[in-house]
Amino acid sequence: MDEKKKLANENKQVEQIIGRIMQIGVVLAAIVILIGLLLMFAQGNDGYPAGVHPHTFPAIYQGIVAAKPDAVMMLGLFLLILTPVLRVVVSIYAFAKERDHFYTIITTAVLIILIIAMWIGYYGI
Amino acid sequence: MALLLVTGLAAGILGAILGIGGGMIVTPVITILMGVDIKYAIAASIIAVIATSSGATIAYLRDDLLNLRVAMFLEIATTVGAIVGAIAAGFVPGNFLYWLFGALLIFSTYNMVRKLMGKKDAIPAEADDKIADKLRLGGSYYDKSTGKNVDYSVTNVPGGFTMMFGAGLASGMLGIGSGAFKVIAMDTIMHMPLKPSSATSNLMMGVTAAASATVYFFNGSLQPGIAAPLAIGILLGATIGTRVMVLLPTRVLRMIFVPIMGYMGIQMLLKGFGVSI
Repeated sequence: MDEKKKLANENKQVEQIIGRIMQIGVVLAAIVILIGLLLMFAQGNDGYPAGVHPHTFPAIYQGIVAAKPDAVMMLGLFLLILTPVLRVVVSIYAFAKERDHFYTIITTAVLIILIIAMWIGYYGI
Repeated sequence: MALLLVTGLAAGILGAILGIGGGMIVTPVITILMGVDIKYAIAASIIAVIATSSGATIAYLRDDLLNLRVAMFLEIATTVGAIVGAIAAGFVPGNFLYWLFGALLIFSTYNMVRKLMGKKDAIPAEADDKIADKLRLGGSYYDKSTGKNVDYSVTNVPGGFTMMFGAGLASGMLGIGSGAFKVIAMDTIMHMPLKPSSATSNLMMGVTAAASATVYFFNGSLQPGIAAPLAIGILLGATIGTRVMVLLPTRVLRMIFVPIMGYMGIQMLLKGFGVSI
């Protein structure tokens, strides 16, 4: 019984850490997106010709260095997309700590599927 | 731009209060009222879904309603569905997407009307079936309204898994959270109690949406000029919404919202058939 209680306590702690990490992720994403929006107001345009926006890592990076609003916004949106992914990563850790091998594998499979999604998006099918 | 911010704000507040994802509101509003191409609207709205889900996950983390095993196991089905849906959306004609979204809105309106009529919860499963037992999907949660710990079981895992693939497909294709489908899969098909079903569905929505969002992000469908103001609006709106929720009678809101949703559904269906009013 003591063992079970200890495990439940650990789970609670892990949950609290997950909440904190996600909170930081969401707030960080929101701040970056806001900076992008403010830059757009300050510069009066989004930094790219109509119908064009950066959507590859090198293009986004170059845009950020040049303080182009669209690139900063894309970084913020990417951070926002990462928050649920972060949740999956921390869950893998939680299952591994519980020594629940089966669910460690299942959750890792979910993460791999998410990485494949990124791959497909980046390189096409 | 300001209009997008306000739309996001309204979608966040309404979405949080009514328990429907932001996507269900964002897509029809920005396509019908602002004339944004439905493909860009879908990509932007999937961001709205993530914002809502992450916001809600943080808010609801304290109560132990979430079933992480069920969530992760079923995520395999929803994420694969979401990728297929996001890729398919690039190939199907826009008309078909309008048509599908219109049908979906009308289905949700019907669902809301049923809730207004006071639909009874599905009967909880008495024992885990073989697969659920092997996967250890059963769980327990603390019910605040009765102050008791409730143990529950799960059945018909293959049925739920199949439904979840469909929910993922719809999510990736239409930029919605598919919360309604996810809750149906868990509560009606797998006979989980409603409270853990909706908490689990909320977490799953974000993970499912992340799968299709990365596809949209890197293939260029995600327009920062549309998605960025929406995301900020939604994040703010959902924060306000979760606070307002306790103060407002949801029933009254539903009654106001049902005809609006039904109207937008019909409007989108008509657009799909090439008729515009």
